[in-house]
Amino acid sequence: MPERHLLFFWEIKTAMKERIHKFEQGGEYILLDVNSAAVHLIDRMTFDLLDVFDGTNDDEAAQALSGKYPESELREVLSELHELMDAKQLFAPDIDVPPTFAAEGVVKSMCLMVAHDCNLRCGYCFAGTGEYGGKRELMSNEVGEAAVEYIIGHSKGRKHCEIDFFGGEPLVNLSVVKHVTEYVRRREKETGKIFKLTLTTNGLLLDEDTRNWLNANRVSLVLSLDGRREVHDRMRPDAGGNGTYDRVLKNFRAMVDSRGGKDYYLRGTYTKYNLDFTKDVLSMADAGFDVLSVEPVVAKDAPYAIKESNLPRVYEEYDRLTEAYLKRHREGRGFFFFHFNMDLSGGPCVAKRLSGCGAGHEYYAVAANGDLYPCHQFVGRGGYRLGSVFEGVTNKDLPKYFRESHVLNKPKCADCWARFFCSGGCHANAELFHGDIREPYEVGCAIQKKRLECAIRVQAELALEKAGKKADV
Amino acid sequence: MKHIQTVNKPTLQETIKKGGCGECQASCQSACKTSCTVGNQTCEK
Repeated sequence: MPERHLLFFWEIKTAMKERIHKFEQGGEYILLDVNSAAVHLIDRMTFDLLDVFDGTNDDEAAQALSGKYPESELREVLSELHELMDAKQLFAPDIDVPPTFAAEGVVKSMCLMVAHDCNLRCGYCFAGTGEYGGKRELMSNEVGEAAVEYIIGHSKGRKHCEIDFFGGEPLVNLSVVKHVTEYVRRREKETGKIFKLTLTTNGLLLDEDTRNWLNANRVSLVLSLDGRREVHDRMRPDAGGNGTYDRVLKNFRAMVDSRGGKDYYLRGTYTKYNLDFTKDVLSMADAGFDVLSVEPVVAKDAPYAIKESNLPRVYEEYDRLTEAYLKRHREGRGFFFFHFNMDLSGGPCVAKRLSGCGAGHEYYAVAANGDLYPCHQFVGRGGYRLGSVFEGVTNKDLPKYFRESHVLNKPKCADCWARFFCSGGCHANAELFHGDIREPYEVGCAIQKKRLECAIRVQAELALEKAGKKADV
Repeated sequence: MKHIQTVNKPTLQETIKKGGCGECQASCQSACKTSCTVGNQTCEK
């Protein structure tokens, strides 16, 4: 066969391999069809056959495994694989940028850094304990109102808009949070927009009055707790260096109880110091919280940073967390874990998966002084100021660049099996490690992929158990 | 099927033509704030 034909066939085989991802998780063999998002539980023979089978080479695949499995059974598997192909649930065609992904993003979501100040001194804070590389500063009512008007003026036909009160610690500037919230609720009535408001807090200032106000004004909450007392207190001391676990846990308990356990996430960060973070997740669950998220710290050259050499341990821990999650669920005391949530049958559309986090084109951060940045993590990073809530976007190249930096335009992502789940990863992390939002942060990718495998296993298991269809394949 | 059990009714290919309404939550406004996780969101439609 001429060399160029050989190359052509090799390219086809490679392309077909990039359309599937198969893995073993918790004793199950799982096949993900990347471009349809179909998930199949398969037996070991099918798993092995897919090392060779590319959709066209039945005889070659059967022959390659003929010493290991009976020919008749291999042919059965091949027949089933062809059935999946006919149903477009195996080797589904590649997805290109669809017309539903508009060239320009519509900004409908903002993170308001209402306080570049904080009453904690967290060891891993990406905001430099609140200052974002600048001075301690609080947002004014005028900046807050201008941010709301910016969203109303730029969200076009979008009905659902979002504001997250962030910091630093937003509760150190509660008067502005209240003012902006009242302003939003008034403008909702006048414009027909619906704003989802969220506040991310360390909990130290969550007193009874604040609790009542947050509940009355329908503000969702992200509550920061790192799990076990010793883990939390090591990284999240107050300004005097004292542990905060007992104080914030008491406040979070009262807060969550006061809203009937609804509209909150209890969110933690794990570092190299607690790679046994399953214990932290379970500690949060044992404390009576059932909507949880725990994320890896993102840090460069810090003693607590998670490095490539830590990955095997991190993978092992996600395996442990997966089994613990399923065990608790079966025992009737399950909890939500943010990274294991996945709607396998009704997840986001392709346009959404290309939009990714939305940073820089659908979602902006507003610094305390009104400056606009692509997201909260870019605040204060040189070259990333977009403009301000008063003058609008003056650096018009940046939103375009962020919009076009979708997963199909990132060289290392375009053929990755996880491309339609992670959507290319976090731009801020990519920029931090590589100075380029199109070059993903490798350790983050590795952890993301492991989490996705665990999430797929969890959701597959739960879906089949619920349907009473768990078969022994 | 004897060797394969399909878990879900996938809809990703169908959304190539009819998605993009933009009414869903910006993913970074959810619980993460330090990672980008889109695949675990739910369509608002």
